[in-house]
Amino acid sequence: MRLINLRPSRPLAVALGFIPFIILLLLYISNSNARLAENPNDKLLPGLTTMVDAVQRLAFTEDTRTGEYLLWMDTASSLERLLIGLAVSAALALLIGILLGTLPMFRALAGPVVAAISMVPPMAILPILFIVFGLGELSKVVLIVIGTAPVMIRDMAQRVLDMPREQFIKLQTLGGNSWHLMLRVVLPQLLPRLLAALRLSLGAAWLFLIAAEAIASTDGLGYRIFLVRRYLAMDVILPYVIWITVLAYFMDLSLRLLSRRLFPWFHRQQEGEA
Amino acid sequence: MKLIEVNQVGKQYGDNVVLEKLNFTVSAGEFCTLVGTSGCGKTTFLRMLLGEEQPSQGEILMDGKPLPAEPGPDRGVVFQRYSVLPHLTVLGNVMLGPELKTGGIFARAFGARRALIRREAESLLDAVGLSHALNRYPAELSGGMQQRLAIAQALIMKPRILLLDEPFGALDPGIRADMHELVLRLWRETGVTVFMVTHDLKEGVSLGTRLMVFRSAPG
Repeated sequence: MRLINLRPSRPLAVALGFIPFIILLLLYISNSNARLAENPNDKLLPGLTTMVDAVQRLAFTEDTRTGEYLLWMDTASSLERLLIGLAVSAALALLIGILLGTLPMFRALAGPVVAAISMVPPMAILPILFIVFGLGELSKVVLIVIGTAPVMIRDMAQRVLDMPREQFIKLQTLGGNSWHLMLRVVLPQLLPRLLAALRLSLGAAWLFLIAAEAIASTDGLGYRIFLVRRYLAMDVILPYVIWITVLAYFMDLSLRLLSRRLFPWFHRQQEGEA
Repeated sequence: MKLIEVNQVGKQYGDNVVLEKLNFTVSAGEFCTLVGTSGCGKTTFLRMLLGEEQPSQGEILMDGKPLPAEPGPDRGVVFQRYSVLPHLTVLGNVMLGPELKTGGIFARAFGARRALIRREAESLLDAVGLSHALNRYPAELSGGMQQRLAIAQALIMKPRILLLDEPFGALDPGIRADMHELVLRLWRETGVTVFMVTHDLKEGVSLGTRLMVFRSAPG
């Protein structure tokens, strides 16, 4: 049988998916053991027990200085910034995207400036944000918004433009005005697209969050990683990276499930076209 | 009774002349079929009736007054595709028009008013043979069912004119015959004036009370 026609059964597919993870883990353990055998104080590839100890210390023991559980405190601060930033971006994307997509006059007015702003590298204006908004929470949230909103705005506007013109005409023959079109035709069809755009923006949002925390912060997942870098504390950095990955994965998964739950018509339509 | 009056209407896109010197009147209750090869301007003319496009010369009058420059509820339309809204159920699609009219700022009706609209929508859907599919989404309907839905959605507004732009062009021949019967029945029952674009001459001859042939200028 040709390779292109060979399909795995469901259990085999799951098993195959696990293989790379297991290989990575085994590679890590054997290399870590080899280095530790040579030098028991090696910090580059700490053993699993060292990492478990570090997690124990950060997640389940009160910090002696602050009396807080550091991992949970860092997670709460980071997630708060990330979620506020993404929520603001999503709201902006819906509002400006709908106006850009439905009103030709607004598109002529605001289209070029949105296109220009989306080309500004967000990291290049991070110093400006720190100067204008100070080193507090606001500048970090603003960085996430600036980093994710323009792409989402343009995506939403394009999705509106991609809607069949027949629908716009149809609504007018049903007695609808511009507001009705935005509210009853454009907005409901954009919501599943917004969730998809949010999923794609998660990576960028995390990137800008960690960058902002690394530069100016007193807590947060990114802050902690960059803090302990000074001590080459790989036993802390690696679990933190894995934790961030797990968080991002579950945010992505929940957005996907939410979309299937809320917009069955959309997914049925997508499957119909595929 | 004269409903539509077309005076010296012409349409150009740049140097490209699409329509020239159209002159005719249509009485209320007629079933006009517009036939012709593709690219000869029959759809352009339908779009002008719809208000989606404006004539370059001349004028189109409805009840003696110039046609508004944008689509409105007095002219319903069914396109070949994309006539219904994918995010609304069958019932939701038909209820939308009345909801826009009476539903206030959020364009949604509640309570007794909603029940009234719902009953009206259900009886129309019964008339087009969709009463078994009220809660399905358009993606779950066949092409013929989607067009039945689009017709019901247009008729609930009680338009003076119903514009059909190759409504059965994408359907199987067997289903087409059913649709012809349905459209003729609804036309007789409602007394609506119909303009239907088709490239099928047989369809145009058998359905219409009046046949308009569009063709490119000789030479």
